[in-house]
Amino acid sequence: MNSAKLKRTALFAAHQKLGARLIDFGGWEMPVQYSGLIAEHLAVRNAAGIFDISHMGEVTVSGPAAEEFLNHVLTNDIRKLAPGEGQYTLICHEHGGTIDDLYAYKLSAGVYLLIINASRTPDDVAWLKAQWHAFPRRDEVNLTDASHNYSAVAVQGPRVTNFIDDCFPGASYACTRTHRVTDLKKNQIGEFHFKNGGVLVSRTGYTGEDGFEIIGEDDLIQRVWDKILKAGEPYGIKPCGLGARDTLRTEVCYPLYGHELDENTTPIEAGLGFFVSLDKGEFIGRQLLAEQKAHGTKKKLIAFKMADKCAPPRPNYPIWANGRSVGVVTSGTQSPSLGTGIGMGYVPPEFAKSPIEIEIRGKRFPATIVPKPIYKKPAA
Amino acid sequence: MSDIPSDLKYTKSHEWVRAAGDTATIGITDHAQAELTDIVFVELPEAGRKVKAGDACAVVESVKTASDIYAPVSGEILESNKTVVDDPALVNKEPYAGGWFFKIKLSNPAELTSLMPPEQYKAQVGG
Repeated sequence: MNSAKLKRTALFAAHQKLGARLIDFGGWEMPVQYSGLIAEHLAVRNAAGIFDISHMGEVTVSGPAAEEFLNHVLTNDIRKLAPGEGQYTLICHEHGGTIDDLYAYKLSAGVYLLIINASRTPDDVAWLKAQWHAFPRRDEVNLTDASHNYSAVAVQGPRVTNFIDDCFPGASYACTRTHRVTDLKKNQIGEFHFKNGGVLVSRTGYTGEDGFEIIGEDDLIQRVWDKILKAGEPYGIKPCGLGARDTLRTEVCYPLYGHELDENTTPIEAGLGFFVSLDKGEFIGRQLLAEQKAHGTKKKLIAFKMADKCAPPRPNYPIWANGRSVGVVTSGTQSPSLGTGIGMGYVPPEFAKSPIEIEIRGKRFPATIVPKPIYKKPAA
Repeated sequence: MSDIPSDLKYTKSHEWVRAAGDTATIGITDHAQAELTDIVFVELPEAGRKVKAGDACAVVESVKTASDIYAPVSGEILESNKTVVDDPALVNKEPYAGGWFFKIKLSNPAELTSLMPPEQYKAQVGG
């Protein structure tokens, strides 16, 4: 592999300095771990962790017809958003299959920011541009791939609220207006002063813990990274890589595009019907998604736990029920929080409550289908 | 820079061998455990199983990957380390001591001479 051809985020030097183990993730040279996957995972569950998410893509959509355009290409109802609020949503094609899952923020009236998966950025941008071309009011919609303008970090964990306000002192001056970062409610986004500029801070994340995601220009985010690591040090913050990011999101059953979602899988099959607003009117994929909501699907996403101590389940391992191979694992790992094998996968709906087995290296091991999320935070 | 004890022999696939008479104890090296990172599962061969040098006879899994472990020498499995099955993290903590995998009764002790001495393994992993 010629690592010179991989893209690097603005935080690459920081990762090297911390001794990160680097891997190719969707064409980016990214840290998979620093001190160790399990330690990083547990730091996020018990204290705090910071992730470089600069590889993700950003698309800005603005103009008088921006709302109408976005409601046409996304499944969730963007009209629900107040200024300074975001929602989880999906882009589907005409047959209901998923092009990407993403967050859409209404920064202010007629101004939207989409945060999309790194591995899907070129596909999403091509799709959105093609839909924009075909959109009757396209002259009233400005659509821009702004990915190269932004870096971003995610700070997640129960101790984050102890130190995050000190990193961005003062009230927000745009989007959601609050006196301090920790006054942001879940899914809210505010713009806060940082050094000689400003950054967007949202109360969102991909780990199942309380936390924030911070988006801004490269040089500011480099300094945000350093500031947060320093401020979080007394609270046990660790830099965390993509390895821990994956075990954290699997424990809480968040989908990962390319695993639980792809162009041959609909949000309904993935159990994401809550984010598909059939009532809002026409949108791309509506017809098939409505049929699925009404009449059911051929496959259903389930979550499972291994019943005994055995090798961990992994993506693409077969799922057996009633003595036959009926489905496939989409995500699987040894859960650092639970100490057992866990995963998600697709089975025909008639097996969604069955005892199942996971085939691991030619042998089958029993597993139990469990409600999502697999990991729930213990009651405070 | 990984630890490479001078009283052991090594394989290209990062197993170590401690020979005593016609018995050999086998494990994975410090370099290997560091590469694998947090080990969560170890599958070891049953006593009585006969193996040939180069046979895949055990599996070690980290959170992210599964790796085969190969018998460095031929013979019969005498014993597998139950402690490591119960506490896979021991392989990371003590790869040469408590983290041993299994013991073999050698069927062909001459095979020991074709294993790598410490300096050669050190050159391979850049220790």
